Amino acid sequence: MPINSILDVFSKSPLKPLIEHIDKVKTCSHVLIPFFDAVFRQDWEAAQEHRLKICHLENEADTLKHKIRMRLPSGIFMPVERSDMLELLSQQDNIANRCKDLSGQVIGRNLLIPQVIQADFLPYTQRNIDAIDQAHMIINELSNLLESGFHGKEVELVLQMISELETIEDDTDSLQITLRQQLFAIEANLNPVDIIFLYKIIESIGGLADLSKRVGSRLEIMLVQA
Amino acid sequence: MIDVFVEYGHWLISLSIVFGFIMAFGIGANDVANALGTSVGSKAISIKQAIVIAVIFEFAGAYLAGGEVTRTIRKGIIDQQAFVNSPEILVFGMIASLLASGLWLILASRLGWPVSTTHSIIGALIGFAVVGASAEAVEWSKVIGIIGSWIITPGIAAMIAYTLFVSSQKLIFNAVNPLEAAKKYIPYYMGLAGFIMSLVTVKKGLKHLGLNLSSSESYLICGGMAFGIFLLGRTLIKRQNIHHRFKQSREQQFENIEKVFAILMVTTACCMAFAHGSNDVANAIGPLAAVVSTIENQSIAVTTTLAWWILPLGGAGIVLGLATYGKKVIATIGQGITHLTPSRGFAAELAAASTVIIASGTGLPISTTQTLVGAVLGVGLARGIAALNLKMIRTIVVSWVVTLPAGALISIMIFNALQAIFTI
Repeated sequence: MPINSILDVFSKSPLKPLIEHIDKVKTCSHVLIPFFDAVFRQDWEAAQEHRLKICHLENEADTLKHKIRMRLPSGIFMPVERSDMLELLSQQDNIANRCKDLSGQVIGRNLLIPQVIQADFLPYTQRNIDAIDQAHMIINELSNLLESGFHGKEVELVLQMISELETIEDDTDSLQITLRQQLFAIEANLNPVDIIFLYKIIESIGGLADLSKRVGSRLEIMLVQA
Repeated sequence: MIDVFVEYGHWLISLSIVFGFIMAFGIGANDVANALGTSVGSKAISIKQAIVIAVIFEFAGAYLAGGEVTRTIRKGIIDQQAFVNSPEILVFGMIASLLASGLWLILASRLGWPVSTTHSIIGALIGFAVVGASAEAVEWSKVIGIIGSWIITPGIAAMIAYTLFVSSQKLIFNAVNPLEAAKKYIPYYMGLAGFIMSLVTVKKGLKHLGLNLSSSESYLICGGMAFGIFLLGRTLIKRQNIHHRFKQSREQQFENIEKVFAILMVTTACCMAFAHGSNDVANAIGPLAAVVSTIENQSIAVTTTLAWWILPLGGAGIVLGLATYGKKVIATIGQGITHLTPSRGFAAELAAASTVIIASGTGLPISTTQTLVGAVLGVGLARGIAALNLKMIRTIVVSWVVTLPAGALISIMIFNALQAIFTI
């Protein structure tokens, strides 16, 4: 005899899967460092391997994303707006998408990154990944936020983390300016198409911190709507 | 007419005992999830512990505090005077109601609907009364009062749950040192739970055991119970020996707080089992008591004393039901409900238990499922629960509305059958 009980009123929480998703995104983004390492050495086979890893992780993130969306039918009542939650998920997912796209573009042209820029390039990428890590930390606070009912000390803590995220993103902006200046200095010596492409890639990588910042902002809005 | 009683009296009583027992069994099996589900689901207690608690406290609730609601079900819904000239109709009707609501319980469970045992029996009683006597035999004002309470009680439960939860947030979770705050304040919550439980027992339930206490004596005893449980809580928390490593992460702190709340959860589970026993035992034995007193007195009884063995019989039925079938129901819950923590479970269950116990004290039969739904919503509104399925709540509400007429219809059919069988 299947007896439905009062406990069917409790729906599966979307928070844990959301945290799992940002975990995947973070892991995906971390592969960018070894990827660019291989690109510097012009070891295209290794780069391709790393690229495949990124694609694989991005796919897993997509699967998680669909699962989460399925789990949020319209009849769900959550402590935060359902639309906010879905929006947050999309922003998170965009980060993984960006990683996949940019690795694809680099491989596609066997893009040579000029020696001059290489020194600052990796730290720049790393700083963007730091932003992603910070976003990851923030999202992980969701279970603590729920525990404290989206009120009080916990909220203050998270807002603090979000403002740190903004600082990191500012950092990446300055680093990007430096890189672009370096590129500008050697423009004359390079193939024009390559130059355009390099600017694009630098911008694309900078986008990672932007997207992370958006994740933070989205959460900030959700919290403020208490 | 009363030859029926002379000839078939013991048959009728036996039938009503059997059906009453079956009904009690169904109540125990069906509703145990209400009493203990959140405790098991939030992993505060194991299934075995849940069954032990349920057995002890459901029986205690039924025996100590179940008398008041039984009175209403027996006398309140139906004007027994309408059957003065034909008491055998009342008897047939009560037996039919028992069987009808028992059958409806089983059928609805098969359909997967969480049924209110209270609604089933009341619907069945109304059904036979309208057919067996007339529409005037039903005390419609009481019925409307009961239906009104079905809207008010979830509301009250929601408010209490909201307040309890928000208080726990303010006092404990948002404190500077949450773990210390938890250790300090949770015994108070436990005392509160104990106070509510003992208050209704003492004020309403002990009369039929022959104990008569003055008002001040009652409050003193309750205060004593509350204080005792307060101290017990303090001791248990010390025993828990939660390790205090320097600079715990916030996550670890919250985990430890929930461990302390788990102790509170057990008190609340006891409270809820007690409340459920006191409120729902009447569903099974109300009609049974009416049958017994009518047949034994060969007429509609004016007095309201319950035969001594009736309440224990009801209690035993409930306990048997939950220990056997109820265990299976809880086992399926045992998987754990995502993100349901003891602090949430406590707020919902204590609010529901308080509401049920208060309502039982006033003699109003209410649905424990309904109250719990209200309480859970209350916690959800306070942003305490990750996700609630509103569609399920809609299903529950529909099943409540359908149960009354369904119970009535089935009861009418069985009543007619009984009349045909026994008055040839």
